[in-house]
Amino acid sequence: MDPVFLSRLQFAAATMFHFLFVPLTLGITIIIAYMETKYARTGDKIYLQMTKFWGKLFLINFALGVVTGITLEFQFGTNWSRYSEFVGDVFGSLLAIEASVAFFLESTFIGIWIFGWKRLSAKAHAGVMWVIAFASNLSGVWILTANGFMQHPVGYTIRNGRAELTDFFAVLFNYHGILQIFHTLPSGLLLASFVIMGISAYHLLKKQHVEVFTRSFKIALVFGVICSIFVAIIGDLHGVNAAKNQPAKLAAMEAHWETQTRAPIVLFAIPDEKNERNSIEIGSIPGILSFLGFHDFNATVVGLKDIPKDERPPVLPVFIGFRLMVGIGTVLILLSLYGLTRRNKLLESPSYLKLMVLAIPLPYIAMEMGWVVAEVGRQPWIVYGVLRTAQAASPIEGIQVLISLIGFIAVYGLLGAIGFYLMAKHVKQGPAGSTI
Amino acid sequence: MELQIAWFFLWGLLWAVFFMTDGFDFGVGTLYPFLGKSDTDKRIMINSIGPLWDGNEVWLITAGGVTFAAFPQVYATMFSTLYTPLMLILFALIFRGVAFEFRGKIINNSWKKFWDIFIFLGSFLPALLFGVAFANIFQGIPFDGQGLYHGNTLKLLNPYGLLGGLLFVLLFMQHGANWLNIKTTGDLQKRTIAVSQKIWLVLVPVAVIFLVASYFYTDLYTNFFKTPVLFIEIIITVAALLSMRFFIAGQSYFKAWFASALTIVGATFFGIIGLFPALFPSSLDKAFSLTAYNASSSPLTLKIMLGVVLVFIPLVIMYQAWSYNFFKHPITENDLNSEETY
Ligand code: HDD
Ligand code: HEM
Ligand code: HEM
Repeated sequence: MDPVFLSRLQFAAATMFHFLFVPLTLGITIIIAYMETKYARTGDKIYLQMTKFWGKLFLINFALGVVTGITLEFQFGTNWSRYSEFVGDVFGSLLAIEASVAFFLESTFIGIWIFGWKRLSAKAHAGVMWVIAFASNLSGVWILTANGFMQHPVGYTIRNGRAELTDFFAVLFNYHGILQIFHTLPSGLLLASFVIMGISAYHLLKKQHVEVFTRSFKIALVFGVICSIFVAIIGDLHGVNAAKNQPAKLAAMEAHWETQTRAPIVLFAIPDEKNERNSIEIGSIPGILSFLGFHDFNATVVGLKDIPKDERPPVLPVFIGFRLMVGIGTVLILLSLYGLTRRNKLLESPSYLKLMVLAIPLPYIAMEMGWVVAEVGRQPWIVYGVLRTAQAASPIEGIQVLISLIGFIAVYGLLGAIGFYLMAKHVKQGPAGSTI
Repeated sequence: MELQIAWFFLWGLLWAVFFMTDGFDFGVGTLYPFLGKSDTDKRIMINSIGPLWDGNEVWLITAGGVTFAAFPQVYATMFSTLYTPLMLILFALIFRGVAFEFRGKIINNSWKKFWDIFIFLGSFLPALLFGVAFANIFQGIPFDGQGLYHGNTLKLLNPYGLLGGLLFVLLFMQHGANWLNIKTTGDLQKRTIAVSQKIWLVLVPVAVIFLVASYFYTDLYTNFFKTPVLFIEIIITVAALLSMRFFIAGQSYFKAWFASALTIVGATFFGIIGLFPALFPSSLDKAFSLTAYNASSSPLTLKIMLGVVLVFIPLVIMYQAWSYNFFKHPITENDLNSEETY
């Protein structure tokens, strides 16, 4: 039993599970804060019902996000102790800053929001939700900066056998990290708006609570349109950045084997890693990959064959993950834009509403796949070009990791099932006290 | 040099504050099955810590994060050698966190009973395991120069380790009972007061045994004998512990709660001062011990982090104190009728 492999599985399971809940928190807090502000300004009870209905959904989700996050904070030490020793000087401070500037704010004000309805004025209470939205997204900024360092290490030097910080600002303003921030946080908002639109569509199809859900839908639609386009634009910059800094990742994203100019993009392929080619390839469009990577149809794109075998990431998951994410991204843009044309006749658009209900899982899948592309595509490096994942694991027994891994899967499976059940139950019940 | 010393004590302070804050909600959770006779009692108990427990738990995350930032080697060695107990603590905390949120979401007795188990276990187990872990750290952990663990998890349950666990559980129960004295009324309050007095009767002898046992099982007193004025720290801690009884009897529940808070901080610092300069001593060979000097981050990182901590931690303390103050009123049955409760 190889502790490295088991630790990888465990880390992947734990982060991906955490990230089932994180993005909704990132986005929905902003939308709820907006709704509650509307209530505080106008006194319109519908906005209050909206705030409470979405707020409850958020709180169930939040509980799961919090408890799954705590384990992550310690897994670098438990399972990746060699990694922690090596980069702690740079990476540890980012996690510590995240906790002291963001998590405290978030968790303290959540308590005030839940229990402070009677004792705070409407305006102050809405303000508390803005603090929560700010703090959640701020925590994302720090953790993504940390991840950005692993993807593209900067501002350090190797001294005393470890990476030591030389330039804190270089780490903070790492271009890779900034791209991740501007890609991931708006994806959270995008996911939240599709969740709100999907759930609203469910009730509108049944013609219940029409006022609450029409308004919710329209508010979310605005965020959906803006974010779906924004996420795609930053995603494009991500691709350009990968071409420059992580050519192996780009090549894996496209299952691109031969170095060539006017590199094509393939619509469908089945990569065959053993024989270093694609066993099936359909719909190859020349020049597009060169354009995506370098914004130039004639640029040369390095193929996997020209990358040493022991520096190539697993191709299949990266390739499929990327196609799913981009495909879904495109669908979400189309659904939002079409929604703009139907926004004042939602009740008369049952097929569109049905599509929106069905679309709820899509941004979740895109999010998870985005991380597969980013993290699996970074392999075999844990810190790109500096430290290999295989050298990073703790010197512990495989059996310990196996037991904890089984524990994680069992516990997360159980809690995840209960959590989604409770959310679904709450969603079906609809807002309390609403008759229209 | 000074930076490393400053960080050593900041590190200790963060653990102390974590034990002081999360300590009373662990205590409330541990007392929960014993004091919560009816569903109303139980809900009052949960809601007495409802707005605060999550913010308290962040002290753990921060203590972990700061260990990572300031002493990466300690973070790496401590959590990989203590892998199994730490995983148990984390799983317990996971269940506890969702239990608060989920318990009231379905009105059904077996559903509630199911989560009640985890409110108790999720509070009791971390209290016990943190005590066991720290008592073992005081004795030294068998790891070598490569950070490789040569022990066996079950050996952590040695007599001194278990004594540490018992001490932590009792300290937190006391702290939790003192909090409940503030937050409850009527019949429930009568019972919490009686319990807080009984726990004290057990806590005092256990604390004394622990102080004596530390002399035989650990080197914690070496620093104290070298600089005898440090004994003041122990005297203050013991005084806080003893004063509690009079505060409870005099119905000064806030003072009693502050006294238990001080006792916990004092007890933690007894260990921290005794350990100095080691953060994580090795029992195989002193040369392997991780100390403030050989396990710290670079001066640049320590400086940046010092800046961050000196600005943000006081701010956190300010708004958390405000939030404690905001929620210090007793909870009655009436409060439970609003829908925004657990
Ligand atoms: C709703 C979610 C979502 C959607 C619709 C998209 N992405 Fe994305 N993508 C993510 C969610 C995501 C993510 C989970 O947030 C990742 C993982 C790490 C990161 O920064 O963002 C990511 C990573 C990621 C990467 C890898 C970055 C790296 O090198 O580390 C690329 C190249 C793209 N994305 C590109 C795109 C493009 C071109 C999209 C076009 C529509 C797109 N993404 C839509
Ligand atoms: C700052 C944030 C993150 C850091 C520091 C980080 C770090 C790591 C580490 C240490 C590993 C183990 C080495 C390995 O790749 O096998 C890993 C693997 C992985 N992580 Fe991340 N991760 C982060 C965020 C995420 C998130 C949010 C997700 C998705 C939900 C994710 C998805 C994965 C996956 C899928 C793997 C497995 C890769 C493989 O097995 O090849 N990561 N990451
Ligand atoms: C792999 C690295 C990660 C670690 C170690 C980590 C750690 C944590 C911890 C300890 C918490 C609980 C905080 C509390 O008690 O309030 C948490 C929650 C949270 N994390 Fe992460 N996290 C990781 C990845 C991410 C990423 C990549 C993002 C966002 C882009 C993120 C965003 C959040 C948010 C918004 C919360 C609030 C709780 C919720 O999910 O609803 N985390 N995380």
